[in-house]
Amino acid sequence: MSSLQRMSAVATKELRQLSRDRVTFSMVVMIPLIQLLLFGFAINTMVRGIPVAVVDLSDSAAARVISEQVRVSQVVDIVAQYDTPAEAEAAIVAGKVRAALVLPRDLPQRLANGATVGQWMVDGSDTMVGSALLGLRTMPLKLEAGVPPGAYTQRVPSFEVALFFNPERRSEVNIVPGLTAIILTMTMILFTSVALVRERERGNMELLITTPIRPLELMLGKLLPYVFVGLIQITIILGLGRLVFNVPFQGALFDLSVVTLAFIGASLALGLLISTIAKTQMEAMQMTVFILMPSILLSGFMFPFDAMPRAAQHIAELLPATHFMRLIRGVYLRGATAGQMWAELLWLLAFAAIMLTIATKRFHKSLD
Amino acid sequence: MTELAIETRGLSKQFGDLTAVSGLDLEIPRGEIYGFLGPNGSGKTTAIRMLCGLLTPSAGDISVLGLEIPRDAEQLRRRIGYMTQKFSLYDDLSVSENMHFMARIYGMARSAARDRVSQLLDRYSLGSMRGRLAGAMSGGQRQRLALAVATLHQPDLLILDEPTSAVDPENRRDFWEKLFDLIDEGATVLVSTHYMDEAERCHQLAILETGHLRKHGAPQDLMEALAGRVIEIEGADLRQVKERLLRIDGVQSAAQQGLHLRILMAENGHTGDAAISRLHQELAGEELRIHVGKPSLEDVFVACTRGEVR
Repeated sequence: MSSLQRMSAVATKELRQLSRDRVTFSMVVMIPLIQLLLFGFAINTMVRGIPVAVVDLSDSAAARVISEQVRVSQVVDIVAQYDTPAEAEAAIVAGKVRAALVLPRDLPQRLANGATVGQWMVDGSDTMVGSALLGLRTMPLKLEAGVPPGAYTQRVPSFEVALFFNPERRSEVNIVPGLTAIILTMTMILFTSVALVRERERGNMELLITTPIRPLELMLGKLLPYVFVGLIQITIILGLGRLVFNVPFQGALFDLSVVTLAFIGASLALGLLISTIAKTQMEAMQMTVFILMPSILLSGFMFPFDAMPRAAQHIAELLPATHFMRLIRGVYLRGATAGQMWAELLWLLAFAAIMLTIATKRFHKSLD
Repeated sequence: MTELAIETRGLSKQFGDLTAVSGLDLEIPRGEIYGFLGPNGSGKTTAIRMLCGLLTPSAGDISVLGLEIPRDAEQLRRRIGYMTQKFSLYDDLSVSENMHFMARIYGMARSAARDRVSQLLDRYSLGSMRGRLAGAMSGGQRQRLALAVATLHQPDLLILDEPTSAVDPENRRDFWEKLFDLIDEGATVLVSTHYMDEAERCHQLAILETGHLRKHGAPQDLMEALAGRVIEIEGADLRQVKERLLRIDGVQSAAQQGLHLRILMAENGHTGDAAISRLHQELAGEELRIHVGKPSLEDVFVACTRGEVR
């Protein structure tokens, strides 16, 4: 009996404390809510609307009909037209499109002979995207206008598919570089989000703010060591990925360093901003989870970005991990240069600068 | 160069409904140890934080070392040393790491910092534990380290918030010796405390209660002002006598101290021999020895606050 009483005393106390801890309490409600919305609406393993380009070398009416039929399949979304396969390949490397359909000069003859009509050049690094495009290989083509009726019969596949960057369709090729984004998000934000809070909790801050130190000096001083931590982590992940999982590195070390540093900067600055908002280390960690969860689910790490509904894509675009996911896969798997993906890089740098500015502005050398 | 190290006019701080400090007028001269005496919650820490520029006053003016606070707080930071109530150096850094860290924060050049740190290690008897983590030190050692760090940049003004609350009496005495050494070198010290014996060592004292300044002056003067108002009673059944005493007009307070009762007579009432004969009258029938006592700082505190001090 008294055991029950003591237990219920602890339980009552625990509930009372929980209801007063607003951050934890909101986590109780928000986590199932957000998870449900993310998994239910945003995450779609049925890949649709993959951005692709068409390279029409034949300049024929048939080419336009084929393009149209590919488009109405809804698997792809034709976002660009290029004149040469080389241009299309560069666009794939730069991440502008995930694939390109090349329709050859002799398209009308091929149609008449019932041969394969064109070739898909596919960025195969994401196996889910690759599979969706492989599904187009045997799509039946219905040709009416401008083509002799009955000319095309389906004895051979409609298209050839060339999977670039990951011909064996190994998922670890895509996962390993993507994992760097997740691990860096987790550790970088976590380390810095508790950085200032810890000093405040331990009482170090009261002394520190009576010294001549400037807020920006304190902020940058706090961040710098973690840049090296981040670099060590990415070296471990990519090094092991190369040795154990045989993920080929197509790019240049310089570009890899540039994009990684930009992302580390953005994550650290975001963590620092959290640190100026959170009152306890516990709060800081919970806020980190709020960033981490969508970073794993929406950034394109687990599920293709292109398959998500527009609203989820907009949210994902706000996350540094989404931009870094594109950059690291581009640089590491497709051999893109930082310059080719400058827009993503610029976004990360601007994000870092804005977060750092807000964090510095929020930090006052006072206890008010 | 003003004569005063710190001057405040109508200094107040409001936290929501709570008035932490109310209309504080202070004049703290240079070159002295000035004490804030008051119980917990009397506004000592809030007042100190406002003087350091860490809190913005709700009302009033502050001038510290001729600087207007909080406007010139940043300039002030180079000239004050501050010791927080809670140990605020890094537990996971060693003594000398903590000191070198703070030296660099204060912008001292490497060689100057090295000289100054070794000088302070010596002065505060920390040399033998320079490699020890601050978290592994005793209360007294930590306090010496905190004081060493607070004086690292040779500040004109030292502000110490209950520096000895976690320190044993012997270390406390030693700590105060160090403060007087600093005064000899021309520094000014503002120290808050709730220990009477410490307060008595200050050149001047401000007694705070619930955010108000109750009394200020040199401890000796404050005690002398109570001459004749402190009466001691010895005898049997003191608890019962105390009950009767408290009902007598003109008795402000009565407290048992070991084998005697200590009575504080109200201001403007009977004092000295007049008080003794009045008490004999009122307590007729009891076997008591009644005589005038020597006022202590605790009597001063009770007289002006009517409150309890921890």
